Amino acid sequence: MIVQTKQKSKEQLHEELLKPDTITGSEMLLRSLLLEDVDCVFGYPGGAVLYIYDAMHGNSDFNHLLTRHEQGAIHAADGYARSTGKVGVCIATSGPGATNLVTGIATAYMDSVPLVVITGNVATTVIGTDAFQEADITGITMPITKHSYLVRDVKDLPRIIKEAFHIASTGRKGPVLIDIPKDVSNDTAAFYYPENVEIRGYHPTLHPNKLQVDRMLEAIAESERPVIIAGGGIVYADASKELIEFVEKTRIPVTTTLLGLGGFPSAHDLWLGMPGMHGTYAANHALQNCDLLIGIGARFDDRVTMKVNGFAPKAKKIVHIDVDPAEIGKIVETAIPVVGDVKTVLQLANLKAKPSKSEQWIGWNQENKKNFPLSYQDSDTELKPQYVIEMINDTTKGEAIVTTDVGQHQMWTAQYYKFNHPRSWITSGGLGTMGFGFPSAIGAQVAHPDRLVVSINGDGGMQMCSQELAICAINKIPVKIVVINNQVLGMVRQWQELIYDNRYSHIDLAGSPDFVKLAEAYGVKGLRASNKEDARRVWQEALDTPGPVLVEFVVRKEENVFPMVTQGSTIDQMIMGDS
Amino acid sequence: MTRKHTISVLVNNQPGVLQRVSGLFGRRGFNIESITVGESEEKGLSRMIIVTTGDDNTLEQVSKQLYKLVDVIKVVDLSSNPMVARELALIKVNAEPGIRPEILGVVETFRAAIVDIGPNTLVVQVVGDSEKIDAMTELLKPYGIKELSRTGVTAMIRGMVK
Ligand SMILES: Cc1ncc(C[n+]2csc(CCOP(=O)(O)OP(=O)(O)O)c2C)c(N)n1
Repeated sequence: MIVQTKQKSKEQLHEELLKPDTITGSEMLLRSLLLEDVDCVFGYPGGAVLYIYDAMHGNSDFNHLLTRHEQGAIHAADGYARSTGKVGVCIATSGPGATNLVTGIATAYMDSVPLVVITGNVATTVIGTDAFQEADITGITMPITKHSYLVRDVKDLPRIIKEAFHIASTGRKGPVLIDIPKDVSNDTAAFYYPENVEIRGYHPTLHPNKLQVDRMLEAIAESERPVIIAGGGIVYADASKELIEFVEKTRIPVTTTLLGLGGFPSAHDLWLGMPGMHGTYAANHALQNCDLLIGIGARFDDRVTMKVNGFAPKAKKIVHIDVDPAEIGKIVETAIPVVGDVKTVLQLANLKAKPSKSEQWIGWNQENKKNFPLSYQDSDTELKPQYVIEMINDTTKGEAIVTTDVGQHQMWTAQYYKFNHPRSWITSGGLGTMGFGFPSAIGAQVAHPDRLVVSINGDGGMQMCSQELAICAINKIPVKIVVINNQVLGMVRQWQELIYDNRYSHIDLAGSPDFVKLAEAYGVKGLRASNKEDARRVWQEALDTPGPVLVEFVVRKEENVFPMVTQGSTIDQMIMGDS
Repeated sequence: MTRKHTISVLVNNQPGVLQRVSGLFGRRGFNIESITVGESEEKGLSRMIIVTTGDDNTLEQVSKQLYKLVDVIKVVDLSSNPMVARELALIKVNAEPGIRPEILGVVETFRAAIVDIGPNTLVVQVVGDSEKIDAMTELLKPYGIKELSRTGVTAMIRGMVK
């Protein structure tokens, strides 16, 4: 594995790092990252970051993983961050290196993932002249970063790094970009690392207004049909325990959004499943019939609400708890806004929380859960993708870290894998980035060398970052890579079948590589199955094999994800499918 | 109800901050009728005055989204208070010598000023609220406006802010 246990103790290391030597910008960067306790950086060198890479040479304290594409590096840093809660870091050179990060930055921004993205730039003396490999990366990424810096003076570098980590990891988290011109990385100055951060325009509200929390508790006590919609904010604020306590005290059924999965245990009676376009009957009907809706760290994405002006029509009040005030009232009208850190808000609420009058309502919801479960028609002749996910779930018992790419397999995993723990589910929700699944698993595995990491991908998305197989092979990163091969761009096929009248336009993935041979070409073990029996056997073999393994499951091409709510419908107008 | 809002935004005087603010308006579908920027009473901080239209919800979102920018320090909706709003315009108008007295009459009634005289043009400078400048422009149109340049609105709340 990449991350070795450090020889020096942390205190020893910090003492060395904090020495006020006169050093280059590059050395400052490495020292600062180590002082931020970054244990692995993902990156790719090039002209504008050569001083930085030179400073890494022979530095045994600093771990760097060389990916095969900058997109691989940033998704890996993202997987590292989502699986740990720490800030993920990646480095790329100027121009094409930096622009290759754009998709990954937008992915992290949409899902509020803390990243510090370091890019090189051409020297300050030629910035603005269309110099070789120059791109205005701070300009390009302005709409998709929480904040960004172009460092003009080496003396500012340590302060900027300190601020960047602070901004990325506090309040609503997100990616922060630091663009370092080549001459700045070679300039020298005396090193200092600030202890505190003071940014005048940046003070996230963490402690809620107590009156609003009381108003929420009153509304709960009065309500007969309350429901909670919990989003990624629960996971990011490490507030799962507090949520369980809150739910048990107030007796409110819970639905977790795509990014909220794992934030509340799926085995709990009061859990209703995922809401929205591919949500469960129970979750969607609870939302449409509730009299009180409590959003917690969820932003009412259109994949959840579908037709907004028919969403939660019977809710007399909506409560919205979020650390980002701009989310409140953005999509749905909110009667009780609670701005603050979700964990802090729930801790406060838990002190006084009392049950709502929900027992009858709970019964109604449980009936829905029982009468309209997720289901599919299994087959003995063809392998069904849902079967594969259930099998992975059975064998890992919900204890693996699971990442997915984007498409049908993503929705089936969200539906059929039963998550018990926060931070064990990693998927691109907001941007829906194909190519994310596999490299994000590498980052998660680097951060958790001893856990089982399973990456579930479509045959389309797997081909968007498959070059990172090299990284797994060479560094013995033991990700179990699953390819659900339906030979088409499945989710697109589904829409073309159901919404575009079977007009299948450019979805055929003929010409895909033999995935087993592709894996083997990189030195990764490859296995394949196309029936249930083989599926069980090869999957077990994969689990029993140390190191990375790619398993291709050849599944029925025509399978669709159900339930489904189509655009323009309200979430209770669900196509239930062919089970 | 959709109406005009004049917002004052105090920002760090950093490179790119105007791009951040104006980009946010464009991206989020808020319109900008006018935007002016200049130094503020405090070193290192600039003040932007933005005129936009929208209902109260839009205004609330504009302000919340602006506060998300790390370089934004304070956002105030000036138009919810009694305020002074002023704009300056320079108008170059065709003015053969024979017609000048007539133009001068217009300029005087508006308490505007002639700031340049060419062989057959005058440059008129007018300061006031946007409506006054619109009116001045209308009145000068018949003479033939060769060039018009407006600064956009700058504004502040009257008297003391509590
Ligand atoms: C980078 C990118 N390009 C295009 C899309 C649009 N898109 C969403 S799902 C999908 C099909 C995915 O096919 P595949 O990877 O085979 O997975 P499946 O749906 O078959 O499980 C496409 C093209 C996307 N989400 N991301």
